Formats: sequence, C-alpha cells, structure tokens
Amino acid sequence: MGEGQGRGEREGDEAMGTVTVETEIESRVHYLNASYGIKSWLLTTDHKRIALLYLASITFFFFVGGAAAVLMRLNLISPGGAIVEPATYNKLFSMHGIIMVFLFLIPSIPAVLGNFLVPLMIGARDLAFPRINLLSWYVFMAGGLLILYSVIAGGVDTGWTFYTPLSTTYANTNVISAALGVFIVGFSSILTGLNFIVTIHKMRAPGMTWFKMPLFLWAMYATSIIQILGTPVLAISLTLVALERLFHVGVFDPAVGGDPVLFQHLFWFYSHPAVYIMILPSMGVISELVTAFSKKRIFGYTFVAFSSVAIAVISFLVWGHHMFVAGQSIYAGLVFSLLSFAVAIPSAIKVFNWTATLYKGSISYDAPMLYALGFIGLFTMGGLTGLFLATLAVDVHVHGTYFVVAHFHYIMVGGAVMGYLGGIHYWWPKISGRLYPEGWARLSAAILFVGFNLTFFPQYVLGYLGMPRRYAVYPSEFQVLNVMSSAGASILGVGYLIPLVYLVWSMRYGPVAGPNPWGAKGLEWQAPSPPPTENFEETPIVTEEAYAYGSEETQVA
Amino acid sequence: MHSSTAALAEQFDDLQQQQEASSLGMWVFLATEVMFFGGLFTAYILYRNFYLPGFEAGSRLLNVRIGALNTAILLCSSLTMALAVRAAQLGKKGALTTFLFLTLLLGLAFVAVKLGLEWRHDYLEGFAPGVHWTFHGPDWRHIELFFVFYFFMTGIHALHMVVGVGILTALILMAGRGKFSPQRYNAVEVAGLYWHFVDIVWIFLYPLLYLIGGRY
Amino acid sequence: MVDHVVSTKLYILVFAALIALTALTTGVSFIDLGKWNTVAALAIAVCKASLVALFFMHLKWSSGLMRIVLLAAFVWFAILVTLTLADELARQWTPVPSSWEAQIQQQVR
Repeated sequence: MGEGQGRGEREGDEAMGTVTVETEIESRVHYLNASYGIKSWLLTTDHKRIALLYLASITFFFFVGGAAAVLMRLNLISPGGAIVEPATYNKLFSMHGIIMVFLFLIPSIPAVLGNFLVPLMIGARDLAFPRINLLSWYVFMAGGLLILYSVIAGGVDTGWTFYTPLSTTYANTNVISAALGVFIVGFSSILTGLNFIVTIHKMRAPGMTWFKMPLFLWAMYATSIIQILGTPVLAISLTLVALERLFHVGVFDPAVGGDPVLFQHLFWFYSHPAVYIMILPSMGVISELVTAFSKKRIFGYTFVAFSSVAIAVISFLVWGHHMFVAGQSIYAGLVFSLLSFAVAIPSAIKVFNWTATLYKGSISYDAPMLYALGFIGLFTMGGLTGLFLATLAVDVHVHGTYFVVAHFHYIMVGGAVMGYLGGIHYWWPKISGRLYPEGWARLSAAILFVGFNLTFFPQYVLGYLGMPRRYAVYPSEFQVLNVMSSAGASILGVGYLIPLVYLVWSMRYGPVAGPNPWGAKGLEWQAPSPPPTENFEETPIVTEEAYAYGSEETQVA
Repeated sequence: MHSSTAALAEQFDDLQQQQEASSLGMWVFLATEVMFFGGLFTAYILYRNFYLPGFEAGSRLLNVRIGALNTAILLCSSLTMALAVRAAQLGKKGALTTFLFLTLLLGLAFVAVKLGLEWRHDYLEGFAPGVHWTFHGPDWRHIELFFVFYFFMTGIHALHMVVGVGILTALILMAGRGKFSPQRYNAVEVAGLYWHFVDIVWIFLYPLLYLIGGRY
Repeated sequence: MVDHVVSTKLYILVFAALIALTALTTGVSFIDLGKWNTVAALAIAVCKASLVALFFMHLKWSSGLMRIVLLAAFVWFAILVTLTLADELARQWTPVPSSWEAQIQQQVR
C-alpha cells in the first residue's frame, strides 16, 4: 500500500476519473453552486447546506468556549489565581461548560456530519423533514444567541449544572437567560433526533436493510433515541428553576419542604444520557474510519450495532452516579453503581471490535486514521477512569476533584472531539470537493495528541491528590502539575487553530477531489464530490453488505 | 390527478411513505411531550407522597365541578377533532371546517374556564403562590407547594392548548382554501394526534389534582 | 398507515364511554376507599387514555412502530419515577452505627 502516493491517485473499485481537471468542478452543478446569495443559504432546505450552517456556528461557539478555557488555564498557573477573581472564575467555568456541552459537543457530529451524511448513506434525496431541519438550526442559533447574551450581560456562575438552591435562590447572575437559552437549544436537539429517527425508519434505499446500514447510522439512531427521551426532562428541570427564580416559590427549596436533590435527579436524568449523545456519534465515525483505513470489514458488525442501542438504553439507568455524595440514599447509590458498571460493557465491546478490525488490516496512516487511533487509546483511558468513578467508595474520594475533570475531558476531547475531527477530515472531500493538505493534517493530529495528554493527564494526578474542581485558587504544592496542564492547553490551542486555517484554505486552493479518494465503501462515496442537491441521479439499490472490503487479501494499489 | 402529484414532497418516493413519515414524526414528538410532562409528574408524585395531608387539603380547595366540566369540554373537543380528521379522509370540506372550528371553540372554552374562572378565583382568594398568597393556617407551606404544582402543571398544559388553538386556526384557514383532500390530509391527522395527546395529559391531571383530596 | 376510516358511530360510542368514566371517577372520589382511591383514579385514567389513544388517535389501526414509540415513552417515564423514588424513599433508611444512635436521639427533629 503506497503511503507515498497522493490521495488523488489512490483509487478504489468505484472511483472514476479521480484526477479531474479543475474546470470540471466548476462546470458541474452541485449543492454548493446550485444557487447563490445569502437567501439561498438562510432559506435552504438542503440537508448538506444546513450541515454547513451548523458547521460554521458550532466552530464559532467552540472557539468562544475555548477562550473561556484559555482564561481558566491562565488563571491556574499561579496558586493564588493569576488573572481573575474567584467570582469571575466561577463564571468562566460555567460558560465554558455550557457553551462546550450545549453549543458544541451535543450538536457537533449529529448536526454537522449527521445532517450531511444520513441521507447520503441511506440513499435518500434528503431527510424526512427538510424544513424542520432548517428550523432546528434557527432554534439552535436563537438559543445560542441567548446564551451569548448571558455571557455579555455578565455571565452565569452556577456551573453548567445549575444546581439548586444556588441557581434558584442565591445566584445573582444571569441564570434565567442562560437556562432559557439551554432550553431552546435542547429543542433544536430534539428536532434533529426526530428527523433522523423518521428518516432511518422510513427512507432507506431499496435493499438497505437495518443490518446493511453503515454503523454510523446505527450510532445516529441510538443518539436520536437519547435526544428524544432525555432532553425534555432537562427542559422541564430548567423551566422549574426559572419559575422558582421568577416567582420565588419553592419546588426545590428546603424551607418549604422542597428537595434540592430532586433537581439533581431531573437534571442528571438527561445529562448523563447527554454524555452518550456526545460520544455515540463519535463512535459511529470511528467505525467508519477504522474500516476505511484498514480496508477491512468491521469485526462483529452485529455486536457493534447493538452495542450502540444498548448504550442508549442503559445510559438512562445510571444517572445517580453523579449524586453519590449529594445525600442520595446509599441503597440507590448501590443500584446506580452496579448499573454504571454495566454501561461500560457495550463501550468495551466496541473497543474490542475496532481493535480486532485493525488486526491484519491494510493500515494507512492518513490523518483521519490518526484521529481514530488516538480516539481508541484516549477513550479507553477515559472509560477506564469512569469505572473508578462508578465505584461508590472511590468516588467519595475523587468526586468534585480534577480526577473527574480529567475523566470527562479524556472522553469528550480525547474521544468525541478527535472523532469529530477525524470525521471532518475523512468526509472533507465529499463536503467540499477538495482535498486538505495531508502533511499539515497529520502534524495537527500529532500536536493535538501531545497537547491533549499534557493538558489532561496531570489532572488525573491532581484530582487524586485532592485538588478540587471549580476552584480559582489551590494549595501551592499543586502548582507544577497545574503549570504542566496549562502549558499543554496552549499546545492544544495551536493544534485546533491549524486545521481551521488549512481547511478553509483548501476550500479554494486544495486539489480537486474525485468521488472516492479513499477507496472506501458506502453509498456516500458513490455520489460525486461535492454531491448534487438531490444527492443521487437515481435512487441507488443496495446489494452488498456494509464494509464489503475483501477480508483476507490486502488491496493492491 | 394534479392534486395528488402536487401533494407529494420532493424527498419522498410516494404518498404512503410521506403519510407514514409524518405520523411517525408526530408520535416521536409526542414521546418527547410524555417525558416533558413526566418530569413534572415525577416531582408531583414525590411531594404528594411526602406531604399527603397538605396536598389533600390543597386538592379540596379546588372546585371539582368546574374541573369535571373542563374535562367534559376537552373530551368533546377530542370527539370533534376525530370527526374533523374523518371529514378530511372523506373529502368533506364543509364538515371538516365545521368540526375544526368546533374543536377550536371548545379548546378556547377550556382555557377561558381554566384561566378566567379557576385561576382568577384562586388568585382573588389568595391561593396564588408567589403572586398573592394569604393563607397561613395549618400545613400552609405544603398547601402552597400543592398550588405551585397546580399552577405549573395546568399552566403548561394550558400553554399547549393555546399552541393547539393556533394550529387549529391555521388548519381552518387552509381547509377553507381547499388545501386538503383524501390524498393529502396529513396535517389534519397529525394535528389531531397532538390535540388528543394534550387531552390525555388532562385525563391524568384531573384526578391527580382534583380527585385525590379525600373528599369524604 | 391510516387509510382506515372510522365510523362516526364508533367515535360517539367511545366519547360516551369517556364521559361515563369521567363521571365514575368523579363519583368514586367522594367515597372513602382508603388507599384504593388513588388506585381507582389512576386505573380509570389509564382506561380513558387508552380509549383516546386506540380510537381517537387510531393506534388500533396503526403499525406496531407507533405503538412502540408511545410505549417506550411511558416506560422511560416509569424509569424516571422509579429510580428517583428509589432514592427519595430510601433516604431515611441509611444504616447508622449504633454508637451514633444516642447522639441522634438527642437532636431535636
């Protein structure tokens, strides 16, 4: 397998005319040039254009949330807090959490890659409800702008978790507008999930049975189930907080017999499954990357498919592990602890199957594969530390410390974001019709990997040694580890900025891509790059299984 | 027949797929509504379990007659809505418009009774938490908590009714312009599902709020 | 797939049943059945809701998928209630070391 070959020249079975002339992409009509003008974008119902609208929005919010993180890590260089007062620091970590969770991670893969790819992978012309798809973006922007307003108007300092009675009674920051913003963004999430469920049930191309679908679609389906059944409970819990704050009535107020822990139940009933909304799509991407870049069928297709659904279901049974030290009854804690061990099993099944897929595969180390390999390692580490946290007795020691922070960043950043970037790179030729510069992409992946580990590994140690999270100051013996973490964060920042530059650059100056630069299987690679608005000239008919690569022989270039 | 080809949206292959998709879409949305109200019901169940005497006392302060009347109004509106869908299926434009209009009137009646009669009465009597609460007799904190739930739950329900009224208005206008036919009445069917669901929520709210007060 | 047209007569019958059940549940609430009052009220409510879902919402003639969707929603609601109550009701069960008992008795509740 010639790694030295440019990707424009690697051809799979279906690739045709990969070395195309520049003029071909301009004379052919596709979704990007089918119509011009801002109205054609803001009033589009084309799922591919809507995906790009989301891409622009979430990228913007990612860097806003990242800015908050920069300020936090700068502050933590010094034990006494280097640049901000604790009151401000509280606002920083709250905004970082709210923006990264609700405005970046939750929408990221579903609203960008899912919106773009679900109809293509399924062989349809669009999603089931294109106008609802557009509505979901406007709803997302409305919520996002309301949250931005909360930032500008002075921020909110309750943490992204809005715990009562701080949020209902004592906070004097912009709780209601932030909560309302989150509520609205949640509605956008529901609309996206609804669209995917109906599309996957009703619009598969002839011959595409459930078990011929690419695993990315199984992941999107499972994610959508969580979005549908979980998000409304977040909505009602935030509504109750807002109503209690507005009318000074006590639903969660102990003075009138209310239970503040009830809020936590309602909040985490959504927010735990929410973390699976953030990771499942990424796992779906990894299934696609691992197969494409080892030129091999996935090992254990059925297990991987069902594990996605299993994660979606079991994820709703474990939320109490966030409340082990909140005053929750020990018996409930026992139950939640046991169930939390169970939820790790389907995730582990995936990791085993990906690894088995890699074994004896014809591996190529293009950037998407680097991200996938990084994901597998970092997600495993994050997942294993999740088991530590699920163990009730251990959690008593590390709850509320940097151990938790490191755990979820390994999953969210080392896992979800790496999967997202891997997917963006993998499908970039399909989305933009251009190839990104491979050298820069590999360099960024490496920088990200190094920066990430330098930032977050010390945080495991810090947490275990007892440094609490959400603190603007800390005992001086923790300084070395904090400085390491902040140094890593600066490297991480560079690693995120470089792709932003070269991906934008490639849209204009990158080499033109053919329909299938990777030689991968999947209906989306049968459409031109970029696809026409209606995706396929004729509805494709599916006869082969997903990932129908030859399993024994290696591909010859 | 031009109306059937005009009725098919571009992303669908045929009318049946379109109809199934829109019904499934509404059912999935109703699942989210079950969970939305479910959070409220969970909190209510919890507090009623802990503070039964207070909640029973609060429940007894509600007017069962008016609650029962409102229940009947809503059930009537579900009947008229079902008949409206039937009229659409049969292409009977006049009947469709009439039944939609009746449903709308009944829905408005419900909201008027709820807000104009019940809420107003509770407010004037000093049973409106956070706005005008004057009762400080025995167990008053738990009674106030009951009323917090009463107002929140019926309020969010009424909000859903108002949205339904808006949808019905749009449907009546569309029906008047002849937009519906036996080949294309998805919107009426799907609006019907929503309306019936809001009725189902009230079917549970009525006994939980009005009837478990130990009125004997 | 609902091409099935339901007869007006059936709708009116269902409506009559719903009104009757409403009268029943209201009447029963004035009789002292102890804890069975709650059970009765909820059981009747479930009956009414089922009638509306099956007949007015056409679930009786719809594909299994729609029924699964509604069922799943109620199952998930049950999960929320059950596990939340599992904590809230069991709060007071926390076992206390015997040497602490005396101290706790002294505290004013």
